[in-house]
Amino acid sequence: MSSIIGNRVLRREDRSFLTTGATYTADVDDPRLAGAVHATYVRSTMAHARITVDASEALGLPGVVGVFTAADLDGPTVLPGMVPAFPEPMLNRPILATDTVRFVGECVAVVLTELPVQGEDAAEAVFVDYDPLPVVVDPEDALTDEIVVHTEVGTNLAVDFATLGMATGITDDAFFADCEAVVEGRVSHQRTSAAPIEVRSTAAAWEGDKLIVWMSNQGPHGVKEALQALYGEQATGGIQVIVPDVGGGFGAKIAPYPEDALLPWLSATVGRPVRWFETRTENMNAMGPGRGQVHRFVIGGTRDGDLTHYRLDVLVDSGAYARIGAFLPMFTLPMAVGVYDIPNVETGARSVITNTTPTEAYRGAGRPEATLTVERAVELFAAEIGMDPIQLRRLNFFRAEDFPVTTGVGTEYDSGDYEASLDLALEAAGYDELRAQQARRRADGGPLQMGIGVATYVEVTAGPAPGGDEFGRVEITPEGRARIYSGSLSHGQSHMTTFSMIAADRLGMEVDDIDFVQGDTDLVPHGHGTFGSRSTQLGGSAIHDAAGVVVDEARRVAADLLEADVSDVVLDPEAGGFHVVGSPSVTRSWAEVAAAAEKGLLDAESQETRLCSYPFGTHVAVVEVDVETGHVRLDRMITCDDAGRIINPVIVEGQRHGGIAQGVAQALMEEVSYDADGNPQTTNFADYGIISMAELPFFELVPLETPTPNNPLGVKGIGESGAIGSTPAVQSAVLDAVAHLGVTHIDVPLTPRKVWAAIQGA
Amino acid sequence: MHVSMTINGADVSHDVEPRTLLVHFIREDAGLTGTNIGCDSSSCGACTIHVNGEAVKSCTMLAVQADGQDVTTIEGLADGETLHPMQQAFHECHALQCGYCTPGMVMAAVSLLDEVPDPTEAEVREGLEGNLCRCTGYHNIVAAVLQAAGGAR
Repeated sequence: MSSIIGNRVLRREDRSFLTTGATYTADVDDPRLAGAVHATYVRSTMAHARITVDASEALGLPGVVGVFTAADLDGPTVLPGMVPAFPEPMLNRPILATDTVRFVGECVAVVLTELPVQGEDAAEAVFVDYDPLPVVVDPEDALTDEIVVHTEVGTNLAVDFATLGMATGITDDAFFADCEAVVEGRVSHQRTSAAPIEVRSTAAAWEGDKLIVWMSNQGPHGVKEALQALYGEQATGGIQVIVPDVGGGFGAKIAPYPEDALLPWLSATVGRPVRWFETRTENMNAMGPGRGQVHRFVIGGTRDGDLTHYRLDVLVDSGAYARIGAFLPMFTLPMAVGVYDIPNVETGARSVITNTTPTEAYRGAGRPEATLTVERAVELFAAEIGMDPIQLRRLNFFRAEDFPVTTGVGTEYDSGDYEASLDLALEAAGYDELRAQQARRRADGGPLQMGIGVATYVEVTAGPAPGGDEFGRVEITPEGRARIYSGSLSHGQSHMTTFSMIAADRLGMEVDDIDFVQGDTDLVPHGHGTFGSRSTQLGGSAIHDAAGVVVDEARRVAADLLEADVSDVVLDPEAGGFHVVGSPSVTRSWAEVAAAAEKGLLDAESQETRLCSYPFGTHVAVVEVDVETGHVRLDRMITCDDAGRIINPVIVEGQRHGGIAQGVAQALMEEVSYDADGNPQTTNFADYGIISMAELPFFELVPLETPTPNNPLGVKGIGESGAIGSTPAVQSAVLDAVAHLGVTHIDVPLTPRKVWAAIQGA
Repeated sequence: MHVSMTINGADVSHDVEPRTLLVHFIREDAGLTGTNIGCDSSSCGACTIHVNGEAVKSCTMLAVQADGQDVTTIEGLADGETLHPMQQAFHECHALQCGYCTPGMVMAAVSLLDEVPDPTEAEVREGLEGNLCRCTGYHNIVAAVLQAAGGAR
């Protein structure tokens, strides 16, 4: 029987999604949630103000069960951050604002009602008196400390990564003294919304002393840990976190939010289950956006194209509190030089507090920022020395034969062939013909100019270095079926299919003989979840290993049944089980072996720590720019993405498609923005330029597989690659289309207004 | 107010507040949670259903406006165990990941092919641009709709 690994297997999980719309948190029909009240949060409408709250009018409205402000809380009052490197007032988010609000959307009160619609009415009747304070929105302004958001800290600087030993620190011009050519620049990475189509949704109930929480999230075990810290003493019967189907996360649903953290207290206080789901407007204002970095770079080298020096100085907009976004330089800095062998590198990174929504992770989480900047630096350096940027890339790539390599920032990349990905992508694009077409357009001098952009990237998955672990468990039931349990959590990534293929291959079973369990801390004892493109590498490898242990144990049991030596017993899928080598006529099935096992069941668990890996690739974008209006149309997107060994091309292609679209969206249209007073300008899908299918072409995908030595499957992550390579490719393509007009740089998103203004100003 | 309609062939009647949106009636009164809510500006299309055979974003309609009408949701699309050709095409083309936009996307796509049985790629992209998906980059959704159209030819 040939291996199923690498085959195009259609998803096993599709049917319920297609026929009944699956079961998201708001759909959960569980007896433990019978009689639930609905929570509606009252949110700050000002970015920075002293507040007093009067809830008396709301209390008398129809259906109101309770109204609570910070003064009423006798349980948890703050939600601690995940990374303890920041001053406490910045790290610990008030669950309900006490006397000060620091961003529009911050929770100031909560209303419990019998029906959701009553909550909207009652929330409007909670009167909040605002005494405005000065507002700082721009992270570069925040660095001056002219306006300080957390006055008890006395500065907006949340963390300097150099003092943590996570950046080298920035020196002076002497660093570039030996360079023949030096180019510097500023690159902005705008805030983007993860914008999962399912907004946040959570429910909580107590069964005696046991707390049960349902939540739309990327990993139930992290949620349980956070709740344990808040409710551990009260929940003497334990805490169960259930993650039903999840309508997308993209990094924004990793850590619990204050809205989630308060529900158990509310439930205990009113003695009824509590459900909460938000509106899109609440989601846009209060769920953490991603990116929000400003980079300054300097790149230096020889005039014949040897890049020798690079400086990257990162400024992160943390928003009003230091959450995951504030710590993302931990991914940006190690990837600073990307695919380039630049030996001398210095880095700096600071995170500052502003009066905006706290930032979180978003697809790529720190690596798209590193890539966009270094690709911009290489493009601008090529222009400075008059060299084709593709040639400059080739001259400075790490070479395939040199892996593993250690970069100028000390990161060790496991494997790669960057030039192969470049060659394959250019060939698939028909690069020379594209350049000829472009030359003809230029010569014609019409308003519709063509641009071609190339970006080669490397990223880190299952990171940060050195790596991580995930839980996997495999059971063989007396019926001869396998049940696999994963601490990883599909919220669209198709674990049921991919992990079943991994188990099926190892156990010699059909994929349909395998049941998949995830998303319930009572059923899966340990786990981390799905983020950072870690799932198949860590979760898949755990299933692979556990299945291997089960096979070994089964061979021992089968040897007893067959009265043979274990070394002579083989698993033979074609014969339907275990037999003595060369004697398939006497075979014991999985069911017989499992039933004969001591426990009546065969089982094994695995949770080994594994090294991270470094997927890479090249993206080519072809755009048309109307130089009279600044409008950009993306005509083609050709990508060669290498994620090591491919378990299922169907799923991998889907992950690439989704990432590409989000990266293109960042390049062309999406931006979470605020006015000078900190009022969000993008509060729903009508204001926020979320990308639609009318703005995208079919994507042209080129396969490449360079297995990693860092896990038994040889797989690297693929979830975020698309979003990492496509943004710089599209940015370079647009700039290429208008380069002849004298435009050298435009920050993303490349909206018509910005492109038009740059052309006018050139 | 008392509202009665047919949903997936069954009669559904409830007393509702006049301001009740059709999507809330479907989810909360009829108990059919396949129709999802993704925004509050009628932008995302996750709540797309059929009213008298035509695609409607069910957040743009009051329940009382659907009184006496014939409503179909994702739960009513398949023929027993047999998937509708559009559902089948979505499965075969891997046109869904998290699945949250899927019911609305499928309902909108079925309606699109009723109007334009043999669309070009551009007609699909323009016809369904009011349905947002965050996972798939739309690539396989467009492919699925074109495949379903091809199957009908």
